[in-house]
Amino acid sequence: MTIKDKAAVVGIGRTPYWKRGQSYPETETSMACTAILGALDDAGLAVADLDGFALYANSCDPAAVGAILGVPEVRFAASITSGGGGCAGALGLAAAAIHSGMASCCVTLMSLQQLHHRVGGTAVGGMLAYAMMGEGGGSAYGGDALPPSAAFTANNGLLAPGHSFAMIAARHMHLYGTRREAFAEVCISQRNNAMPRPMSLRREPLSLDDYFGARMISDPLCLFDYTMESDGAVAVVTVSAERAKDLKHPPAYIMGSAHGGSGRWGPGVFRYFQAPDEEFASSGHRPVANRMYEMAGVGPEDVDVALLYDHFSPLVVLQLEDYGFCPVGDGGPFVEDGNIRFETGSIPVNTHGGNLSDAYIIGMTHIVEAVEQLRGTAVNQVDGAEIALVTGGPASLPVSGTLLRR
Amino acid sequence: MADNPFADAKPGVFPAILGETHADESTRPFWEAAKQDRLVVPRCARCGTFRLPPEAFCFQCRHREVEWVELDGTGTVYSRIVVRHPLHPGLAPVVPYVSGVVELDGTQGAGARMLVNIIDCDPEAVAIGDRVEIVFDHINEEMSVPRFRPVERAIGPKSTAEEGT
Repeated sequence: MTIKDKAAVVGIGRTPYWKRGQSYPETETSMACTAILGALDDAGLAVADLDGFALYANSCDPAAVGAILGVPEVRFAASITSGGGGCAGALGLAAAAIHSGMASCCVTLMSLQQLHHRVGGTAVGGMLAYAMMGEGGGSAYGGDALPPSAAFTANNGLLAPGHSFAMIAARHMHLYGTRREAFAEVCISQRNNAMPRPMSLRREPLSLDDYFGARMISDPLCLFDYTMESDGAVAVVTVSAERAKDLKHPPAYIMGSAHGGSGRWGPGVFRYFQAPDEEFASSGHRPVANRMYEMAGVGPEDVDVALLYDHFSPLVVLQLEDYGFCPVGDGGPFVEDGNIRFETGSIPVNTHGGNLSDAYIIGMTHIVEAVEQLRGTAVNQVDGAEIALVTGGPASLPVSGTLLRR
Repeated sequence: MADNPFADAKPGVFPAILGETHADESTRPFWEAAKQDRLVVPRCARCGTFRLPPEAFCFQCRHREVEWVELDGTGTVYSRIVVRHPLHPGLAPVVPYVSGVVELDGTQGAGARMLVNIIDCDPEAVAIGDRVEIVFDHINEEMSVPRFRPVERAIGPKSTAEEGT
């Protein structure tokens, strides 16, 4: 018994996207409510239908949202642990809740206002907080004293996610000869995808000269390899496959979904770096990809469009390997050969522009794009798209992947 | 947190932003040895797997007891980045600096890697595979920060160095 084809994404909703901090005077909760109402309306459902919150990164507080929107009864409120790595997997969580009978209509969302805080940060306290990420027992009830392991990672100079992910990229370049040209191609192809989209935040052309002229932030990563930071909220609604048939739009069925990773990946890319040799220069997605494909009964050759989590461009290259679109180590040449381009590539990637050029709502825009591709309403529509892959992470364990089908 | 970690900032040397070790029984031998410029690392008393940072269980055999083993403090750069953008104003005189993952000689590698600032180097020239050695910076009575620096070329490749000891 699996969740294969048991549930479908039937509604999508979002606020506008803003550059970091500019969504004020909205709040994360008000934006979450706006996105949820939009997604319910898109599906042809109402607040009275909503009874589940299938979240990741504790992306909203169902206590607050349930009260503000007057949800009659919340029957399911759970989050995949850690951060953005869980976004695609939250659809699997929704499907599990629905298939098991615990809930009938689940919302999955992210709401983000980076006015007062940001990942990493510039204060010494923020730097220490980053160095400590993934430390401790993880319980809200524990003390906040630094654990003994903290002193082994605090003073090493890694202060933000870009530093950590550069470490993975550098190893991949060393092992396989991956070039910065491949990272540039990720950035440029995704920028090209964002340019015709009115809602995307970065629409100015990006050339190879622009890319190589940009300042290096944490070598081998330059400015364009980093996602922007944005504000906004995106929500999607999932119901049972049976119920989905009678709603406003063609359903996007959840064919397969997995989250997790090998235990020794652990806090992985943030500060840990103890993954086994064969896994270090990867996205950490390989075990998740295998389980997801097995559940869905399809393989990478069946995927028509891939929405790959792209907080940093090299991780797109590594995910292409881990999801089987090319052999491990060949991601660089595969990308440089034009395989991820919309219209001309063998596997169009991030047709909405991704985190890098559309908006960074911690992966939720990828889910929306997958649904629009399967409905046939995407701005950059892949002809006849029937199966879409959505991923979350690389990040600390868990990372996640979900296959949606028309 | 150190009082003002940036007061004496030097190019290439990431300042100690944490001045306390927060040591307990599982980590104290490391920090005591560091005060004496020695690298000691816990090794599983049952299966011999090294583990850093020290944790309560062996990830290979789940055994808890360890023996502390002194290593010669040399290793190989497994990966490295050059940080060029100062995320804090106090880091402006520090960049560019190199942070890297180092695999220690005498260990199994993964599971006992050290994540460190690599100093006394041309940041542009540090490459994966380079030989490095540990150097401790005695910040205060409690904290001695382990960093690594390139091994002088004259010492030669790993095998030669090992034969010489």
